Amino acid sequence: MVAGVAAGLADAFGLEANVVRCGFVVLALASGLGVLLYGAGWALMPPASEDTPGRENEHGDAIANVAFGAVVLGGLLLVRAVGFWPGDLVVWPLAAAFAGLALLAMRSGPPAGANDLPDWQVLRRLPPDAADAVAVLVGTRRGALARIGAGFACVAIGIAVFVVSADSWRALRGAVIASLAVVVGIALVVGPGLSRLVHALVAERRERIRADERADMAAHLHDSVLQTLALVQRRANEPREVVRLARMQERELRGWLLGGDAPAAHPASSLGAALEEVAAAVETEHGVPVEVVRVRDRGLEGAEPLLAAAREAMMNAARHSGAATVSVYLEVETDRATIFVRDRGKGFDPDTVPTDRGGISHSIVGRMARAGGHATLRSTVGDGTEIELVLPLAKVDEQEPAPTVEEHET
Amino acid sequence: MNAMTEPVRVFLVDDHQLFLAGVRAELGETVDVVGAASDVDAAIEMIRERGPDVVLVDVHMPAGGGARVISEVGRTHPHVQFLALSVSDAPEDVIATIRAGARGYVTKTIAPDELLDAIERVRSGDAVFSPRLAGFVLDAFADIAPAAADPELEQLTPREREVLRLIARGYAYKEVARDLGISAKTVETHVSSVLRKLQLSSRHQLARWASDRRLI
Repeated sequence: MVAGVAAGLADAFGLEANVVRCGFVVLALASGLGVLLYGAGWALMPPASEDTPGRENEHGDAIANVAFGAVVLGGLLLVRAVGFWPGDLVVWPLAAAFAGLALLAMRSGPPAGANDLPDWQVLRRLPPDAADAVAVLVGTRRGALARIGAGFACVAIGIAVFVVSADSWRALRGAVIASLAVVVGIALVVGPGLSRLVHALVAERRERIRADERADMAAHLHDSVLQTLALVQRRANEPREVVRLARMQERELRGWLLGGDAPAAHPASSLGAALEEVAAAVETEHGVPVEVVRVRDRGLEGAEPLLAAAREAMMNAARHSGAATVSVYLEVETDRATIFVRDRGKGFDPDTVPTDRGGISHSIVGRMARAGGHATLRSTVGDGTEIELVLPLAKVDEQEPAPTVEEHET
Repeated sequence: MNAMTEPVRVFLVDDHQLFLAGVRAELGETVDVVGAASDVDAAIEMIRERGPDVVLVDVHMPAGGGARVISEVGRTHPHVQFLALSVSDAPEDVIATIRAGARGYVTKTIAPDELLDAIERVRSGDAVFSPRLAGFVLDAFADIAPAAADPELEQLTPREREVLRLIARGYAYKEVARDLGISAKTVETHVSSVLRKLQLSSRHQLARWASDRRLI
């Protein structure tokens, strides 16, 4: 009739709409309970689908609401006239409070999808569940805030009038009992549906976040691991190439797992990290695994010659030694940084290498000497080669730059 | 040595089926693989039941990881030896596994013959330090050395440091021995002693090192 509650309920329980309406009217006349139930039903009832006449837009809703309010008012006046009346001071505040609660519990329009929940600053500070619940309760319509305000105002007025006017113990007791009945009734009627709705939406939102993460991960794995695996299959008869691909992919995946979206996006800031990068580049270029072990670290600045010499040594080992792997060891002490580059390859006799061969004498020994350090080469034919690079350090900046304390004396 | 008597009885623990199959195939001929498990609880039960000589255990697994397998089995079956085998780079995980009682740590990229060698060594009660583990240990003790006021913390001797440095540089034990002019057995003794210090030193100090390390 008014908001379609009776018809809706009749639908839901398979009864004749008029039977339900009569039930409401009887209940309303008896004690006002029918009105309460009707209101609760109206607030809770899922909005009818688009094609149901009379409920297709907000404007229609507003008219229906006003009409409903009028009918409730009329009903109450009628009950008052009949004489079954606990007293003005009890009923009117209760009515106001109830109207407020109805406003608060009311859903405007279709339940807000998790996608369009409001994303207010306030909500971010709440625990996720609570934030979701608030967001769901409040909905997203622009009228939501006004509705909430009005609802709280009604409740507040109702309670205030109640408290101020309850001048006799008896009235107060009746009022308390009546309001308890209202609260319990509303909780019973509204509670389960509301909590189900909130839970469903919270779950939906979680599921969506999880699905997003899965999609991200799937995309990454597809672009990296699956591509590499396809390459590995195609080159299965080139062991060295397969090893190179596997190592490259391993490094990439590990970098991603350990927490950078784009590990290569920012240049290495420490000597150790830069050394790892150089090793990776040499490995990729020559297909020989380069294992780096680091003991402590420092900033890169000032150690560039050491890094460049180490790179040259790794390149030589990967290119000429024929060894299966190259071992690199970096140790940073307070007064120096040392790098060892070692292979178990074929080795050579240092005395037979022409002194003008650029690689070792210029790029490694000369470079280290110019930087104030030194390089030592040890190689035995058939046993491999090891190059030791030592760079003395200024004492200040081991690992992290020492805080510079400025003292001003006055 | 006792290679003539019986092949080593090896048990594998790894939550990665593909890897289990691979290691099994690699080891199959030379050792006796008595079983494999892919989760922590099943592993604990089966290892207790079958009593292998050596367990190859993955560091990273759900429900406590290799460290839990090691400590639970170690309580009841102290004769079972553990060798951690992992791709994990995270030093704090590796150190935690060693402290739970593993006799060594090698990475999964290890060559098959080196793995066999490591298994034999662990079986006879020696410690197996890969270059990476040696680096982690040097790092840990280097960091906490300067503040050496803690009497609980045993420092590494200069000789132990030298040995560890050479291992970290990629030297095999016998190459270390040759370089330092000592016997291979002495190298073993030094490494075992480092392992013991690592397992007994103050939890607090190592924990601090691990958390510092994470920040780098």
